[in-house]
Amino acid sequence: MMHALTAPLLRHSAHTRGWHRFLEHRPAAISAVVLAVLVLLAACQPLIVAAMGHDPDAVDLLARFEPPSWGHLLGTDELGRDVFLRLLAGGRVSLFVGVIAALIGTFVGTLVGICAGYYGGRIDSILMRTTDAVIALPLLPVLIVVAAIDPAKLGIPEAWRGGDGADLTRIVVIIALFGWTTVARLVRGAALALREQEFVRAATALGATPLRIMRVHLLPNMASPIIVATTLSVGHVILFESVLSFLGLGIQPPRASWGNMLTGAQELIWSAPMLVVYPGMLIFVTVMAFNFLGDGLQHALDPRATRRGERRTA
Amino acid sequence: MGRYLAGRLIQTALVMLAMSLAVYLLIGLMPGDPIDLMVSGDPRITAADSERLRALHGLDRPLWERYLSWLGPALGGDLGYSRLHAQPVLSVLMPYLGNTALLMGLSFVLAVVLALPLGIWAARREGEPVDHAINLFCFAGISVPPFWLALLLMMLFAVALGWLPAGGVETVGGGGFWDRAVHLVLPVATLTLASVAGYARFMRASTIEVLRRDFVRTARAKGASESRVVLHHVLRNALLPVITLVALNFGALFSGALITETMFSYPGMGKMIYDAIMANDYNLALAGLLLATLLTLLANLAADLGYAALDPRVSLERAAA
Repeated sequence: MMHALTAPLLRHSAHTRGWHRFLEHRPAAISAVVLAVLVLLAACQPLIVAAMGHDPDAVDLLARFEPPSWGHLLGTDELGRDVFLRLLAGGRVSLFVGVIAALIGTFVGTLVGICAGYYGGRIDSILMRTTDAVIALPLLPVLIVVAAIDPAKLGIPEAWRGGDGADLTRIVVIIALFGWTTVARLVRGAALALREQEFVRAATALGATPLRIMRVHLLPNMASPIIVATTLSVGHVILFESVLSFLGLGIQPPRASWGNMLTGAQELIWSAPMLVVYPGMLIFVTVMAFNFLGDGLQHALDPRATRRGERRTA
Repeated sequence: MGRYLAGRLIQTALVMLAMSLAVYLLIGLMPGDPIDLMVSGDPRITAADSERLRALHGLDRPLWERYLSWLGPALGGDLGYSRLHAQPVLSVLMPYLGNTALLMGLSFVLAVVLALPLGIWAARREGEPVDHAINLFCFAGISVPPFWLALLLMMLFAVALGWLPAGGVETVGGGGFWDRAVHLVLPVATLTLASVAGYARFMRASTIEVLRRDFVRTARAKGASESRVVLHHVLRNALLPVITLVALNFGALFSGALITETMFSYPGMGKMIYDAIMANDYNLALAGLLLATLLTLLANLAADLGYAALDPRVSLERAAA
């Protein structure tokens, strides 16, 4: 009876404490606001385009390198396209690719890690040796090769290859293919530790299937580190997407992305330096915000780490 | 020690073999083949000719058969011929490897030399303004897109101030030692800035752990000076995990070098691999990628050996068993 009465109260206060710890981490709180603004702008991009009255992909060679004006808030680029609208469109792409690829990576990593940690033995050593091998790869050169392969030679039907979002799908798959290793190691470690705990042994003794143990007993108990790792990985994905797009292997023009807006930048540093500053600054701020957010979430969700820190500073 | 090393080297060789197959298959999946390139360069080649050429060069055989016939000579050191450079792959690779070693070596040493004091300083002032400032710098360092950092440095030092060249290894027509050194400044600065932040974070976290240990308190209690505590007791223990993390980061350092070299037209391995992939120079791309992987694996091995050398408690024989 007693327990039933206090449980909701306790849960409530734990949540509040977590929330306070998050707000305490000032860079993370600021980052959350920055990201909220960026997401809002990206979500409203079609409305803003409609309000401004021109297409972000429309080329106008008679209006190249125009200075900022009410018609073009940040001026126009080397092909006379509206820089502000292209930055918004690019932000939509970067945030979409970042979040989706990070989520897929987390899913794969969790699957690999939980199997390795729960089953142990040979399955563990095969999965973890594979993970180590992927981690040891010089990632960027390998990503460049993978980005350059021809899907036709893989036997992927024409219908899946063409179409409007082909470059988006492609980059998400490529990055997710290599982005699962951190989560896999993390989840394996957590599963190894949890596997030996009383409640998991009790569940096994009661005849729970491995699938049920993983789903009901292991996963909920490792949610915090997974959430933190996913947040951090969004930042990494956005960095890799921007590098690949910059090199001409990611998001393909005319679709704008922050990376491919910098593709011709080496010439622009002489003529139009601001065109170099804007997209890079947005990548920088977004990635940094995700990194701070992840740090803040860790602070909020992992009380043990905090308590140790508090004892130190006291 | 000998047995451990032998085991690890065999392991490395197996991973390399698996990698060579994987990369060979991937490159085989890239669009076009050398005959397509010949056809597009010479309109007189007919369809029948190109069929004959494919048969002559073995391109009509399945991919795994081609891999086996590449592997044999490759094990003997014959990596084929680079189409882009019209030279044997091995003789193309060497100068690029030297340039990259110079760039990566300088940046790595600089990054470590800067990161260790930064990390220790932040750890000893944990929670104070200095720590926050270093933390902010580190977050900025791991978040900045390296190619954009390169562009900013170029804009500042090559365009606005005109102090340094924007790319290349030397002034056209050749220059002396000083000329080469000046050309190295911006690439080395970019790569250093891109890696110092991560190392400093490792060092800070590791130092904080060690500072909490009992032996540090004991050292202080017996009256050891603060510099002796830090240099003698903390540094060596804090360095251990950092060595592993830094070596595991070698792949990232190589990725950073690829971007830096491409941005500054610096003829290193990274740029060479990128150019080879872009120009469909299969043999060169394959050899370059495998060499990069081999170096990464060897860096990891070196880290394990270094760990054992620094920590007398680690026994490699036991680890191997």
